Amino acid sequence: MGSRASSLLREEDIEEIKKETGFSHSQITRLYSRFHSLDKGENGALSREDFQRIPELAINPLGDRIINAFFPEGEDQVNFRGFMRTLAHFRPVEDNEKNKDPDAGEPLNSRNNKLLFAFRLYDLDRDDKISRDELLQVLRMMVGVNISDEQLGSIADRTIQEADANGDMCISFSEFIKALEKVDVEQKMSIRFLH
Amino acid sequence: MQVAPSYLLWALLLTCLIHTVPMEGISGASSERLVYKTRHGSGHRLENASSVLTVSSVHTQNRSGHHHNAGDHDTAHQPKNLTGVPIVSFKWDHVQEPYVVVLWIFVAGMAKLVFELNHNLTSVFPESGLLILIGFVLGGIVWGADKAQTFTLTPTNFFFYLLPQIILDTGYFMPNKLFFSNLGAILIYAILGTVWNAAAVGLSLWGCYEGGAMGDLDIGLLQFLLFGSLIAAVDPVAVIAVFEEVHVNEVLFILVFGESLLNDGVTVVLYNVFDAFVSLGGERIDAAEIIKGIISFFVVAFGGSLIGVIFAILISLLTRFTKNVQIIEAGFIFVLGYLSYLTAEMLSLSAILSITFFGVCGQKYINANMDERSVTTVRYVMKVIANGSETMIFVFLGVTAIDKTIWVWNTGFILLTLLFIFIYRFMGVFFMTYFLNKNRLVPIELIDQVIMSYGGLRGAVAYGLAVLLNENKIPEKNLLISTTLIVIYFTVILQGITMKPLVQWLKVKRAAQAELKLIEKVNSRAFEHILCAVEDVCGRIGDNWWTRGWNRFEEKYICWLLMKPKPRKSRDYLFNVFHKLNLADAMNYVTEGERRGSLAFLRNEDDTHVDFKKKFGVDIEDVMPDITVDTEYNRPDQVPVTSIIHDTVPSVSLNIYEQDLQGMRDIEDLRAHHLLQQHLYRSRKNHRHKYSRSNFSINQSEGEVQEIFQRTMRSRLESFKSAKTGVAPAKKITKLPQKERQQKMANGRPIDRSQSYPYGDEDFEFSASEGDNASGGGGEGGAAALYSFRTLYTAGAGIENPAFMPEMDTPPPMRSPPWLDQPESDASVAPSQRAQRRLPWTPSNMRRLAPLRVSTRSNDSFAMADVVVPEEPEDSPPRRDGTHM
Repeated sequence: MGSRASSLLREEDIEEIKKETGFSHSQITRLYSRFHSLDKGENGALSREDFQRIPELAINPLGDRIINAFFPEGEDQVNFRGFMRTLAHFRPVEDNEKNKDPDAGEPLNSRNNKLLFAFRLYDLDRDDKISRDELLQVLRMMVGVNISDEQLGSIADRTIQEADANGDMCISFSEFIKALEKVDVEQKMSIRFLH
Repeated sequence: MQVAPSYLLWALLLTCLIHTVPMEGISGASSERLVYKTRHGSGHRLENASSVLTVSSVHTQNRSGHHHNAGDHDTAHQPKNLTGVPIVSFKWDHVQEPYVVVLWIFVAGMAKLVFELNHNLTSVFPESGLLILIGFVLGGIVWGADKAQTFTLTPTNFFFYLLPQIILDTGYFMPNKLFFSNLGAILIYAILGTVWNAAAVGLSLWGCYEGGAMGDLDIGLLQFLLFGSLIAAVDPVAVIAVFEEVHVNEVLFILVFGESLLNDGVTVVLYNVFDAFVSLGGERIDAAEIIKGIISFFVVAFGGSLIGVIFAILISLLTRFTKNVQIIEAGFIFVLGYLSYLTAEMLSLSAILSITFFGVCGQKYINANMDERSVTTVRYVMKVIANGSETMIFVFLGVTAIDKTIWVWNTGFILLTLLFIFIYRFMGVFFMTYFLNKNRLVPIELIDQVIMSYGGLRGAVAYGLAVLLNENKIPEKNLLISTTLIVIYFTVILQGITMKPLVQWLKVKRAAQAELKLIEKVNSRAFEHILCAVEDVCGRIGDNWWTRGWNRFEEKYICWLLMKPKPRKSRDYLFNVFHKLNLADAMNYVTEGERRGSLAFLRNEDDTHVDFKKKFGVDIEDVMPDITVDTEYNRPDQVPVTSIIHDTVPSVSLNIYEQDLQGMRDIEDLRAHHLLQQHLYRSRKNHRHKYSRSNFSINQSEGEVQEIFQRTMRSRLESFKSAKTGVAPAKKITKLPQKERQQKMANGRPIDRSQSYPYGDEDFEFSASEGDNASGGGGEGGAAALYSFRTLYTAGAGIENPAFMPEMDTPPPMRSPPWLDQPESDASVAPSQRAQRRLPWTPSNMRRLAPLRVSTRSNDSFAMADVVVPEEPEDSPPRRDGTHM
C-alpha cells in the first residue's frame, strides 16, 4: 500500500508540505499512506465520516471535537495538506528548531500554536473567547455523567475565575496562555512521528 | 528446599511438634548425610556438556542422601514400635521430607506477609531484597543449629521446581502485542547484549588477572569467559521482582523483561560452549569447535522455542476437547507447560525459552477454549505458585549465603567483577540503543536507557549455573560462587533499593508540576485526550505488512485449527464484550444480592479514590461529609462510579454559593479538584494492560469507555439528525426492497450478488440477528437489523439509516453498545443487562450501530489501518470466512 500511496503524492507537494510543516520526507509519505487508507471515498480528501470510522475516536470524549479541528471553518473536506497542517501542531519541538530562522514565522508546532489548537476545541463560535457555556460543554464531555449540572457549573465558574484576568467572565486566548504557563505544553501536546 | 532436618530451627518455630524427637538419631543422620554424596541431585541441563558425573565435595552440593537416611531410620525405628499395638506413634522420619519443604514454604510466606503489613518498609525496600535479608536471618539460625548449612538453594530444586512456574507465569501473562512489537529490540539486547557482556567481563577480568590485580589464582582465560557467560545474563526473576514495584513505562519494562527472558538461550549456549572448552582444554579448540558453538546457539535457542510452540499447539488442541473433564482442564496447562520445560531440558535446549513460548503462544487459544472458570483458576493458580516460588528463591538465596564453606574472598576479583558488569551493561545498552533508535518508531529515551542499564539485575539463574560448575575443571569454583552471590546481593538489594528513588528522581523532571489550578487539570487531561486522538488518526504504529499478514493467516488457519468453533466465532471483539457483559451481569447480581456484604466495594477500587481518601479524607470529613460519605469506600453497596441510578456524587450542598465565597474558597477548591479528579475521564493511554506479577487488576474503566462511546454516538446521531432536517442528506443511501431483505434472511446470506456488500458474511449476519432476537425482535426485526447493517455500512458513516430514526428517542431496551475498553485488556468486565439500565438515553439502535462499527473493523489502531481498511474490489463476492472479524 505504501508504494502505491506515495506514488500518488507528487514530489513537489512533498517539498511544499515539508517546508510548511517541518515533517520529513518519509514522515510525509508514511502519513500519506495513512491518509490514503482513511480516505474511503478515494477522492483525495477526508470527510468527517472518514474520521468517525476510526473506532478509537468513538471512545475519546473529545473525539468529535478533535475531528472538527481538522476541518477548516465551514468545510466538509480536508485534503492532505490540511491534514498535515493539523498534525504538524503535534510535532515535538526539536532542539535545533528553537533558534532557527526567526523570520520564517512561527512554526505550527510552537507552544502558542499547540495551545491555540486546544483553545479552539473550546471556542466553538470562534470569537477567541471561551465562554462559560463553551467551557461547560467541554467539561460535560470530559467528566462522568454522574456529576450534576450544578456541580459542573460551579467547576466551570471556578475555572473561569482562575483564568479570567479582566473580569469579563470569559477566557481569552491570552488569558488561556497565561493560565497554562506552568504546564509543559511542549511535552504534553507532542507525539512522535516515525522518521 | 533441602530436606535434611534442622531441628533447632524447627524447635524455634514449632516447639510443640518437634520436641519429642530423639536427638541422637539426628546427629547420626546428619553425619551420615554429610558423607553420602553423589551428584545425583544436580543432574541439570548442563550435564550433557560437562558430560561427566563427578563425585563432588560435601557442602555446596545437593544433599540427596536423604532418602537413604530416612530408610535407615525407618528400619531402625520399626522394632521399637512393634512392642505393642501403637495407638499413636510419632513418625517424624516418615514425613520429614515433605514436612520440611512445606514448613519452608510456610515460613517464606509468613516472611512476605510480615513485610506487607508494613507498607512503609516495602515502599522503600524492594521485596526481593527484604526476602534475601530474611534469608540471611533464617540461614543464621540454621547455621547456629546445625553448624553447617543444611539448606541451600540447589540447582536441581531451582531449575526443576522453582523456576518453571515463574517463567510459565511470565509467558502466560505476557502482553503479547507489546512483546512482539518490541521483539526486534528485545532480541538485540538479549543476544548481542549478553554476548557482549559475557565477552567483555570475561576478557577484562582476565586482563586484570594477568595484570596482577587478583593475586594468585588457579584460573585461565577460558574459565574467565565461562564465568563471564554465567554472570552476564540479566535474571528474569530478579528483574520482575524489582521492576514490578517501580512502575516504569510499559515499553521500558518489556525491553528489560523480555531481554531477561530471552537471553537464557544465549546464556545456556555460552555456558555450555565454554564449559566444553574448559573440559577440552585450550589447545584443542579450533575453528571447527567454535563454529559448532555458534551453530549450537541457533539450535538451542530456536529448538527451545520450537518445543514451546509445539507444546502450545498441543495444549490448544487439547483444550478443545476437555469440555467433559472441565474440572481438571486447568491442570493440563501446568502439566503440559512443565512437560515442555522438561522436554527442552532433556534435549539440552533452552528450557526457559521453551516454557516462555509455551505461555506466549498458548495463552490466546487456551483462554478461548477453556471454560471461563478454568481460565480464572489457571490465572490464580499461576500467580500463587509463581509468586510463591519467587519468594522461596529469594529467601534461599539469602539462606545459602550463611555457609562458611562456600566463601572464598578475593577483594580484587569481586570488586572488579562488580565494576565490570556495571560498566559494560551501561556501555552495551547505550551502544545498542543508539543503533536501535535509528529505526525505532518511538526512540528509547536517555532516561529509559539509564534505567535499563541500571536494571541489569543478576539473580538465581547465575547462582544455579555457578553451582553447577565442575570443581575438577575449575579449581576456583568457590570463588566464582562467592562472587556470583555478591553480585546478586549487590544488584538485587542495592540496585533494587535505589531503583525506585532513581526512577522517581528521573521522572521528577518530566512531571514536576502539580496541577494546582482547575484549568491546568482540565487542560492536561484534555491534552491527553487530544494526543490520544491524534495518534489514532495517524495510526501511530504505522502500517506493518508483517503484522497484517500474520493476523490474517492467524485468523484464517491457526484459529481454525486451535480454537473451538464457538469461541472462534465469538472471538470477534463484539462478542467478547457481550460475553463479558453477561458475566459481569451475573456478578452484579451476586454483588447486589449481598448488598450489605463488605467485599463489594472492592469492585470499585480505584487509585483516585484511594488517594483521595488518604490525602483529603480526614480533612474533608468534617466539612464535606456529603462527599466523603458517598465515596465507595464508605458505602460498600455502591454500584460503580459510572452508575446513573445511584448518583455516587450527591447533589452537593449548593448553598455553598450562598455563603461567603471567600471563606469557602479553599474547601470549594478542594471539592472541585476532588470532583474532577474522580470524574474526569481518563485517557486511554493511562490504563493500558500491564504485566504484573502479584496482581492482575480488572480494568475498572469500561463503564467509562462505554459511556463515552454512547455519548459520542449519540452526539453523532444528533448532529446527523440536525443535518438531515436541515439541508441535504450527505450521501446516497443504498436501500434494498423489503422482498430482497426477506430473501436474504431466509438464506442467512445475501443472494443478490449484484448488490455488493463487501463486509457481509455469515458471522456477521449471525451477530446481527442474534442480537436482535435477544432483545425481543422477531425474524423481521432481525432482517431489519441486518438490513440496517448493510445499509449503514454501505453508506459509510453508519448513522444514516432512516429506518431507525423514529426509534431514536424512545427509551432503550436493555442492551447497550458493546463497544468498550481498550483492546489489550483481557479481563475487562462491563456492565450489561442490569448495568445497561443505567444508560437510559441509549438510542435503541445503538446496539446495531455499535456491532457494525466494531465488528467490521478491528478494534485497535494497530490493526485498524492494516487489517480491515484495505477495500475489497467492489465487485468481489462477499467474504464468508470471517477473516476480518
